[in-house]
Amino acid sequence: MNELLLGLADDELVLGWRESEWTGIAPMLEEDVAFSSIAQNEIGHARALYQLLTDDPDALAFDRALDEYRCAPFVELHLLDWAQTIARRWLYETADEIRIAALKDDPDPAVAGLAAKIDREEAYHRMHGEMWHARLRDEPRFRAAVEELWPYAVGMLPEHLRGELATRTALDLPSDTVLQGKERGSHTPGLQELWDEMTSVRRSAPAGSQW
Amino acid sequence: MVTEQQVWAALDEIADPEIPVISLVDLGVIRSVDVREGEVRVEFTPTFLGCPALEAMKTAMEEKVAALGADPDVQVISDDSWSTDRITPAGREKLRKAGFAPPAPREASAPKLVQLQASVFRCPYCGSTGTRLENIFGPTPCRSLRYCESCRQPFEQFKTI
Repeated sequence: MNELLLGLADDELVLGWRESEWTGIAPMLEEDVAFSSIAQNEIGHARALYQLLTDDPDALAFDRALDEYRCAPFVELHLLDWAQTIARRWLYETADEIRIAALKDDPDPAVAGLAAKIDREEAYHRMHGEMWHARLRDEPRFRAAVEELWPYAVGMLPEHLRGELATRTALDLPSDTVLQGKERGSHTPGLQELWDEMTSVRRSAPAGSQW
Repeated sequence: MVTEQQVWAALDEIADPEIPVISLVDLGVIRSVDVREGEVRVEFTPTFLGCPALEAMKTAMEEKVAALGADPDVQVISDDSWSTDRITPAGREKLRKAGFAPPAPREASAPKLVQLQASVFRCPYCGSTGTRLENIFGPTPCRSLRYCESCRQPFEQFKTI
């Protein structure tokens, strides 16, 4: 299995799940709509990526044990603070653009084609992130949130793409000590709770159920 | 034996599940129809990958082909080949009449926030370009929300993809 694509797909699934947690409770109606739409789109990207890897995307999404997921700790964090949530949106989309751009040059035309499609759609997520970043960047609460989440965002990317992320965000790469437990390969305690909920309906039904 | 033309005509009867004023053929999501000895292969390109109507569209196409007495083989092609530029002129006009502003043409680079915030998008009700962006996102992944300052009417704008 292509670990890079699986990691990307798992990031989109788990972050889509996290973003959907704002549906109905975002601090303003417009953001309620925005987060719901972004979540739906991220999960759609996860599905399309899983389809490249398997004939049964549902099984891949929901039937794996927790330690088989390849998502980065960054997307697992259960953020209840709006400044942190927006900081993650902005950091995630900035990092995501870099890895998707790399995939657009993939020698496999199916991968390159899907990456190009995803990139077109993500452009709207990036605009949303940039809009909020422009609005909040001088607010101390937002700056603190970016500072706290920055090592997690770095840990989402393979090492050779991290320099580009630091350039785009104008932030300094953290030390290896700071990165410990925040890089892909580790999981945070929040993933267990998310997995329990995300897979609960699937697990409650007998195998082979038709919906 | 079913002809390619019959298949296109049948597919043209399928309304978009989210925006029923326009058909799947108007929307330009059917990339090709290939008729071979009792089997009809349809290549279909999703609008947005997160579109909740994808499955409904696929099922509707399979039913239409089956109703013509042929075996349907509907393939979803998830690449960059669909663009809002593929919406037909007739489709754009149907959208506008139903209160959806048609998409702006695609450019080589992705659209920018400053373009979305510019007063160049025309209100489908009164034709004024004095409109502003309310929300990049709307009720489905393919739409944004705008507001017309001239006739004070909110409307939905098809996103350029």
